[in-house]
Amino acid sequence: MSQAGARVSLEAVYRTEARRVLATLIRLLGGFDAAEEALHEAFAAAAEQWPREGVPTNPYAWLVSAGRFRTIDRWRRQARLAGALPQLAVLAEPAPEPAMPEAVQDDELRLIFTCCHPALAPDARIALTLREVGGLTTEEIARAYLAPAPTIAQRIVRAKAKIRDEAIPYEIPGRADLPDRIDSALRVVYLIFNEGYAATQGPSLTRGDLCAEAVRLGRLLVDLLDEPEALGLLALMLLHEARRATRVDAAGDLVLLENQDRSLWDRARIAEARALIEQSMGSRRIGPYGLQAAIAAVHAQAPSTDETDWAQITGLYDVLLRIAPSPVIGLNRAVALGMRDGPQAGLVAIEAVIGEGGLDGYHLAHAARADMQRRLGLTKAAQASYRRALDLARQPAERRFLQGRLDDLAVRGAP
Amino acid sequence: MRYACIIYYDPSVLFGGSPEANGVLAQCETHDEVLKASGHFVAGEALTMPDEAMTVRMRDGKMSAVDGPFMETKEMLGGFIIIEARDLNEAVQVAAGIPQARIGTIEVRPIVDFSQPRPEL
Repeated sequence: MSQAGARVSLEAVYRTEARRVLATLIRLLGGFDAAEEALHEAFAAAAEQWPREGVPTNPYAWLVSAGRFRTIDRWRRQARLAGALPQLAVLAEPAPEPAMPEAVQDDELRLIFTCCHPALAPDARIALTLREVGGLTTEEIARAYLAPAPTIAQRIVRAKAKIRDEAIPYEIPGRADLPDRIDSALRVVYLIFNEGYAATQGPSLTRGDLCAEAVRLGRLLVDLLDEPEALGLLALMLLHEARRATRVDAAGDLVLLENQDRSLWDRARIAEARALIEQSMGSRRIGPYGLQAAIAAVHAQAPSTDETDWAQITGLYDVLLRIAPSPVIGLNRAVALGMRDGPQAGLVAIEAVIGEGGLDGYHLAHAARADMQRRLGLTKAAQASYRRALDLARQPAERRFLQGRLDDLAVRGAP
Repeated sequence: MRYACIIYYDPSVLFGGSPEANGVLAQCETHDEVLKASGHFVAGEALTMPDEAMTVRMRDGKMSAVDGPFMETKEMLGGFIIIEARDLNEAVQVAAGIPQARIGTIEVRPIVDFSQPRPEL
């Protein structure tokens, strides 16, 4: 093979195999730092040997064993300098090659569960998952989160120290812990997606790279876990992705669902999501992600806002509210009810949810109330609600939208 | 990406003769080889003591040159190693393996990519 050919295939192998090799090396070497060093050494060895000897038939197994044996060599040398190290006893026993596909998948799952461990701070779970499972660099994560790189680096360093110091086991959780741990992993992926989809700050309303990475992680979880909620989460993210291009106009301004050009929605993603929802419904263990996906699928199928099956959406929100009660879901249900039964019923329902508390600082609650008041011709009340929403909104595109609504009302309200 | 690992230490500690400091000094001599073997090494040099240095400025076309940097702190700039690393976390991990990190301080700085915009202050 030519040198250039070997370099190209090495880069391709890095993209497809590096994270899986790392996942296995962490198990074999007992820690992140040793495994990352071994991963680096394995690819350095590949860069040296593959152009000469050709790309091995199983690059994954080759890299794992190269990384492992180089680390053992290095530890032996250090042991000679510093007196015997305890881990050498472990390393002297050759373990069987972990080339079985199930074993590789188990290693990837171990890595996800470790990075999403509830003992780690939520910010740290996200950064660690993006770097160790997603393969993003610290600098890429920092750019996506509009944070300084040293802040992200520090989070990762601390999280790894915590995993080491508290001896957080590198394992797939047992049956008793599994549901909670799956929840935590799904939540990390959804938070990554949301950060990309509805940026809380910064000039751009969507940051596609984070969304794409979250979808990739969601697919990985679907492959690795027999879990209906993983199907639901992936479907939900695909449905949001399907209409991402129509959510913002050329000027970067927000386009409401009712004004989006539905002919531009990505039908392939919608079809894939619907198949996933059917599969998750078939399990009869549908959860919050599956229900939210089902709601998004009703929207995705409708030719327009008026022709949307609001009765079905309201019904799905009723179920969602029972299994995962929260003020935000209550608000969404109230908005759907307003679409089904008219703005007067919607306003009553929204005010009831706001009255129960927990939404006063949430700009979308005030924007939803304002919208119903506007439809009812209650101009003064609508203006007050939009103003309150504007005070609370941080995202520039959302702020421009709310200001636009206020300007429209000022024109309409003028004598 | 390339990173500069800038090494600071207190010379009275590094050359103070303690067994720990002597261990660090012994390892310093061969650490470049360790970094070359792992593929991280780009360049690196140790620096002599600041009393052998000059500090140079050009102002209004005139050069001024004075003796050594005036040390305000006990720790002095003692050397640098340029490394190639995947990201800041990998660079930090490589820096932690530099022997002087055990008694001094290593500053890890990304090397400027001139194709990127200048910082806005």
